[in-house]
Amino acid sequence: MKPDLKFRFLTDTTTHTLRIRREFAAGRALVWDCYTKSELLEKWFAPTPLVTKTTHMDFSEGGYWHYAMVDPEGTHYWGRMDYRAIEPVDRYSSVDSFTDETGTPNPDMPSADWDVTFEDAEIGTLVSTTVQYASAEDLQKVIDMGMEAGLASALENLDALLATLDSKGSAQ
Amino acid sequence: MGNQQTELDAIFHALGEPTRRAVVQRLVRGEASVSELASPFDMGLPAFMKHLGVLEAAGLITSTKTGRTRICRIQPATLSAAESWFEDQRIFWQARYKQLDDLLVALGGKNDET
Repeated sequence: MKPDLKFRFLTDTTTHTLRIRREFAAGRALVWDCYTKSELLEKWFAPTPLVTKTTHMDFSEGGYWHYAMVDPEGTHYWGRMDYRAIEPVDRYSSVDSFTDETGTPNPDMPSADWDVTFEDAEIGTLVSTTVQYASAEDLQKVIDMGMEAGLASALENLDALLATLDSKGSAQ
Repeated sequence: MGNQQTELDAIFHALGEPTRRAVVQRLVRGEASVSELASPFDMGLPAFMKHLGVLEAAGLITSTKTGRTRICRIQPATLSAAESWFEDQRIFWQARYKQLDDLLVALGGKNDET
């Protein structure tokens, strides 16, 4: 039987925050690894047709992950996740920012504070993610950026893709 | 692009306040008069009209005057500009997590073999 993974996606424009909750059918240690080891992160962080590429990874407080999401045309969307506080297998907080290929943050683009928690759940692990921008203006900038980068159009075919993934998922 | 930017800025400003958000939520269910909209709130009419002005300037609502009554309506096209981004984000995270499911299955299988 396919487990109920309880995906929840909430947006709050008052606090410029996205809240995402999702359960995974695996133990906390394994899910934690998928979030904190770049060779595993690369396999899921960017949804198809985008792929993730790592140039630097140091998962420690004060360390960072420098990555790119690459679209089928080869355009690189560079980003950087700076790790602030880490409590292994329970939670971590980080700052996600737009950078160039050298890893230098783009001063014109807002960063977001991430808070990710991992809890035991009936089917395995519940992951709760909060992505918070500093202001409504910051959130609006990111929205413009997303539209400009054509990310929205790149995701247009996702419904078909999701259907494929769904049938794959139920086959197990 | 420039217009889009101004528009979204105004939308987020307009929706970043509880009274205005409540008005939008009410109008999504259908048109209403100003007095009807104002009645749940403990505030003077001038202050409430200011909120309506912000929503109107952002293009989220329109209003028309019939006799002594002003009727407000939602402007669905404007609302969808912000909503479509959130929808994109929702799909993005959903797709990302499907991939994590697949990865976890693959890793779990490997552990069983060892």
